[in-house]
Amino acid sequence: MSAGQTPDNPDGRDTQDASIPWAALWDWLGGRLAVVGRGLLLFWLALAGFVLLVALAAALVLPPALVVKALGDSYLSDSYRRNLALVVASLGIVAWLVVAPLVLLGMRSLARLTRRLAGRWCAVPIADPYLPRPGADGGKAGLRRWLKWLLTDQATWRDLLWATVDGCVGWFLAVLPAVLLVLGVLAVIAPYASLQVRVLAIAGGAFGLWAAPGLMRGYGFFARSMLAPTRQAELALRVRHLDQTRTEALHTGAAEIRRIERDLHDGAQARLVAMGMTLDAAGQIIDTNPDAARALLWEARDASVKALAELRALVRGIHPPVLADRGLADAIAALALDTPQRIHLASDLYGRPPAWVESAAYFAVSELLANVSKHAEARETWIDIRHTDGMLRIGVTDNGHGGADPARGSGLRGIERRLAPFDGVLAISSPLGGPTAVTMEIPCELSSPKTSSC
Amino acid sequence: MRVVIAEDLFLLRDGLTRMLQAHGLEITAAVDNGADLLAAVAKDQPDVAIVDVRLPPTFTDEGIRAALTARREAPGLPVLVLSQYVEQLYARELLASGTGGIGYLLKDRVFDSAQFVDAVRRVAAGGTAMDPEVIARLLARNTGNASVAALSRREHEVLALMAEGRSNVAIAQRMVITERAVAKHTASIFLKLDLQPSDDDNRRVLAVLAYLEG
Repeated sequence: MSAGQTPDNPDGRDTQDASIPWAALWDWLGGRLAVVGRGLLLFWLALAGFVLLVALAAALVLPPALVVKALGDSYLSDSYRRNLALVVASLGIVAWLVVAPLVLLGMRSLARLTRRLAGRWCAVPIADPYLPRPGADGGKAGLRRWLKWLLTDQATWRDLLWATVDGCVGWFLAVLPAVLLVLGVLAVIAPYASLQVRVLAIAGGAFGLWAAPGLMRGYGFFARSMLAPTRQAELALRVRHLDQTRTEALHTGAAEIRRIERDLHDGAQARLVAMGMTLDAAGQIIDTNPDAARALLWEARDASVKALAELRALVRGIHPPVLADRGLADAIAALALDTPQRIHLASDLYGRPPAWVESAAYFAVSELLANVSKHAEARETWIDIRHTDGMLRIGVTDNGHGGADPARGSGLRGIERRLAPFDGVLAISSPLGGPTAVTMEIPCELSSPKTSSC
Repeated sequence: MRVVIAEDLFLLRDGLTRMLQAHGLEITAAVDNGADLLAAVAKDQPDVAIVDVRLPPTFTDEGIRAALTARREAPGLPVLVLSQYVEQLYARELLASGTGGIGYLLKDRVFDSAQFVDAVRRVAAGGTAMDPEVIARLLARNTGNASVAALSRREHEVLALMAEGRSNVAIAQRMVITERAVAKHTASIFLKLDLQPSDDDNRRVLAVLAYLEG
């Protein structure tokens, strides 16, 4: 249709094609200038790291040097020299024990900031390599443990190395686009400069603008080579995580088994005992009082129905039959049918995740839906199940009033704990006023779809 | 009336056979898996098939699938599905064809043999028998629904019994009211739920389910 219109209807088109696309150019220039500015900020970070490095060196080296100097000063009396040396030495100890660790912590903050910025600005995400702070697990953290934590962490010393290399060499990469650009601008406005210099500088400035993202990315990779966790640190963190989640999983499992035992004991078991007694009583009076015996038999039958109902409810809580029969998508569909709100379910699963993942995901969704009905006052809920890139992703979104906070609700924490043993994670976005969007991700492979025999 | 039974647990299969025979039904075959069920249905052409949901080899939803296949191969074959638990999801799949002769009951219901045999006869006659638990959960889910909320308590009871597949006569007996009173209630329910009235048992259930689904 549009092709047929062009000869008759050329208005505006030609002029637009011929003119320079200013808006796009301005956008491009703005983006590049932002990148250059970020490089400048990273440069200042590198400088700050270098200043901290110098401060650390001063705190470490100055006290002994001053002590030596005080002792060797021949103009002072012996006792005065000794006292001076003592005072300087005690100040030096304070410097070593307080200033140096604080500088190290400052360096750590800088390194953290660099990691965040490398992720956001250079598109090179870098994980934090640090050991967990003492006392994070609720134990007592004394100064000695704290110092040990800081000084024995390999990452502390790698931060130091980073500050040194970044302060000496790395900043060059970050600041290069800005320098080239400034030189280019200077060459344009400078009153005295040869043509060659001007051309060279302008070309340099243009190159700076053009290459800024690449250089930033290079800086990001450089930062990652030094700031990312080493293989060893990664493994140590992983072991710690596994240890923690395994303990939690075992505790949860044990608690679950205790609950099941209690439910059986107080529920079905008790009913069966009562049933046995009722049947016994019926047997004793069946000849003398058949009517009463019949009433007792009906009673026993009702008790068996109740026992079955309790067993059903219990089984549903352990591993829902429909989950075992049909898998995650249908089990959630069945769950949705039993939920008062209107639920829109979109599922894109070709195959079945491992049984333990299915179970964890099912109960997580069940808990989320229960949360929605209890707290959110939502009218509609959208559930989206898909598997991409080796990751099972489930999104649950409701149009309720929002304000869900994992720190307050034990339910969301419980879901996180449920997912953690499978390296699953939970992300929540729940602004006040809604909507609430919860996304779960569990890494897993799908088994090939079950072939239906009918 | 001729019945085929598919149930993998011997005790239950045997118990069901005896009970139905005691009520004067003829058991043409009692098998323990889906494939044998299909063969028995083809050979004996029974009036109704009673099928357990979990059958070998997978012990998942074999029974449902076997029932649906049997109904495809022998159109109109009444099937009564028994299960240790009931799911609305399965109820819908069974009802999806829109034709009658479908039952879906908890195994507990066989404890009351008179009612159970009544349900078997109803299904064989082309009616429906939905487990009260399915209905209860359907209704519990729709308590927030304005139209259902508009029903009176009496109408609620009638709707639940109607959804189970009971006729007006049965409902009247159950609620100890006259048949005319039931008819009045049903008319009022259809009006409030904006459904076209119909005398057909099966279509009443489908209408109720269709409404509750929406």
